[in-house]
Amino acid sequence: MSHHLVIRVIAKLLIPFILLFGLYVQFHGDFGPGGGFQAGVIFAVAFVLYALVYGLDNARRIIPDRYIRAGIALGVLIFAGTGVVAMFLGGNYLDYSVLAHDPPHGQHLGIFVVEFGVGLTVASVMVAIFFAFAGRGHKIDEKEG
Amino acid sequence: MITTHLPALQIVVPLVSAPLCVLLGKARLAYALALIVCWAVFGISVLLLGQVLDNGVISYRLGGWAPPWGIEYRVDPVNAYVLLIVAAIGALVITYAKPSVAKEIGSGRETLFYTSYLLCLTGLLGVTITGDAFNIFVFLEISSLSSYVLISLGQDRRALTASFRYLIFGTIGATFFLIGVGLLYQATGTLNIADMANRVALLAENRTVQAAFAFMAVGLAVKAALFPLHAWLPNAYAYAPSVVTAFLAATATKVSIYVLIRTYFTIFGPEFSFEVMTLGPVLMVLAILAMLVGSTIAIFQDDLKRLLAYSSVAQIGYMVLGLGFATVLGVTGGMLHLFNHALMKGGLFLALGCVFYRTGSVSIEAMKGLGHRMPWTMAAIVIGGLSLIGVPLTVGFVSKWYLLLAAIDSGMWWITIFILVSSLLAIVYVWRLVEAAYLSPSPEGAPSGEAPLVMLIPTWVLMLASVYFGVDTRVSVGVATRAAEFLLGAGS
Repeated sequence: MSHHLVIRVIAKLLIPFILLFGLYVQFHGDFGPGGGFQAGVIFAVAFVLYALVYGLDNARRIIPDRYIRAGIALGVLIFAGTGVVAMFLGGNYLDYSVLAHDPPHGQHLGIFVVEFGVGLTVASVMVAIFFAFAGRGHKIDEKEG
Repeated sequence: MITTHLPALQIVVPLVSAPLCVLLGKARLAYALALIVCWAVFGISVLLLGQVLDNGVISYRLGGWAPPWGIEYRVDPVNAYVLLIVAAIGALVITYAKPSVAKEIGSGRETLFYTSYLLCLTGLLGVTITGDAFNIFVFLEISSLSSYVLISLGQDRRALTASFRYLIFGTIGATFFLIGVGLLYQATGTLNIADMANRVALLAENRTVQAAFAFMAVGLAVKAALFPLHAWLPNAYAYAPSVVTAFLAATATKVSIYVLIRTYFTIFGPEFSFEVMTLGPVLMVLAILAMLVGSTIAIFQDDLKRLLAYSSVAQIGYMVLGLGFATVLGVTGGMLHLFNHALMKGGLFLALGCVFYRTGSVSIEAMKGLGHRMPWTMAAIVIGGLSLIGVPLTVGFVSKWYLLLAAIDSGMWWITIFILVSSLLAIVYVWRLVEAAYLSPSPEGAPSGEAPLVMLIPTWVLMLASVYFGVDTRVSVGVATRAAEFLLGAGS
């Protein structure tokens, strides 16, 4: 798409705002509509747009496959780990009430952290799926580490 | 503190270690983690069974929300028993896995394998432990999705189509189950199984409940590969990596059968299932057909993994036959066969994995003269084969004995004929194997020598267990009887 100057410039302008909107949907999710799933998809869209306009290889240079993999795993780990922390603080698994000084704040904090985990995994998975489909022929890197 | 959290830890430990395997990245580290975790999970399941047998039902509130609103993990004699089976097989198979995985799956994908394996284990244990109908669906999907990945890791490219086919069938089955749960939720307003059971008892004439029953029964029959809904199973088992076949054959269908049992006996109750919906004859006819057709097709297979896969279809028939009687003896027989079949089929597939490791093939051709080239592996296969037939002193005999007793006890002595015919068919396919291995000469230049000890030992542990529980039936029959009494007592 190197000759589509308008698209290239507009995409470059839009991407920061898409990322910012993704973060807004993520972290404003407990006051307004939103949450990890929606935010993750919006956040991933920025990378998909970049890949569409500037090419898959450039996008892959920005986020190498191993970071995407780590993101997928880390999100799940954050969600499950929050539950484990609650367990260490004396509650049942996933009982966020014990996470802060009083139960409402604990629940708030718990959901906040857990949704971040969801957002991270969803964004990484979306990008991974896009890369996998777009990069058919040269597969998603399966070399270790 | 630890003991009160055991039900959660049973699921959380493998769940957390699955993403850790990805982050570790190195195959050796991932294997070490998976090995430790699987044995820890086994330890937890042993402790849970002990707690349940001593103190009765354990209820764990996930997130501190009280049932029936929150998700409840509920451990009773039935699922503590199934948890133990799944965790034990999980631990033995992972111990065996390393050389086989390195050879069949190849470098680069090994960490992916261990991650999927742990996720699959998480899903299977989750289905078993949870006391929430919707949660069953969620865990069912976790285990199914990871098992599609596991199957597609097979060397043969046909593994991909087998996996895709299983994906279609599995999704249909899970969707049917979910539709059933949705209808039940509409009729009862609850998702907690214990609460649901109380409310369903008052709604026996309700069409919504009856439709829910039909959807759930069919959906679970697909997941359990009950004849004639078994079409996904033979290819999936035949083309998956050896380790995966052994693991899934010994756990996945068993867990589906467990959910069937839960649905028939706990959610709907034996009276509704067997009197209002007259499930008994349906199950028995399908079970007998599964036994006869599965065993007959098995005779004509040249690929031994396919042969054993069709034999699994037949063995699932035995389990379902036991449930069909809906008596304590029958359900004991079914539950017993669940355990016994996990031992023998798990062991047999592990032994075939050893054969594949050495010879690179599991066709009947490759078996020629194997009795002399791999004496220990072949001896294990023979013990497993005897158990499939139901020779006395093996576990296969014990469960068939209970099924025979149940048939006579229910006044349906003619069913014993079908059990005997199916056993005779089993003799034919096991004999084909034995004949090739012991009575045919080895081809020139055939690879020789045993599989590594780390593969042989888990195989033999399962085989020796299948002989031990065939002789000393106190533990297995005792637990199965308690589970059956609990199921039939709790429902009425």
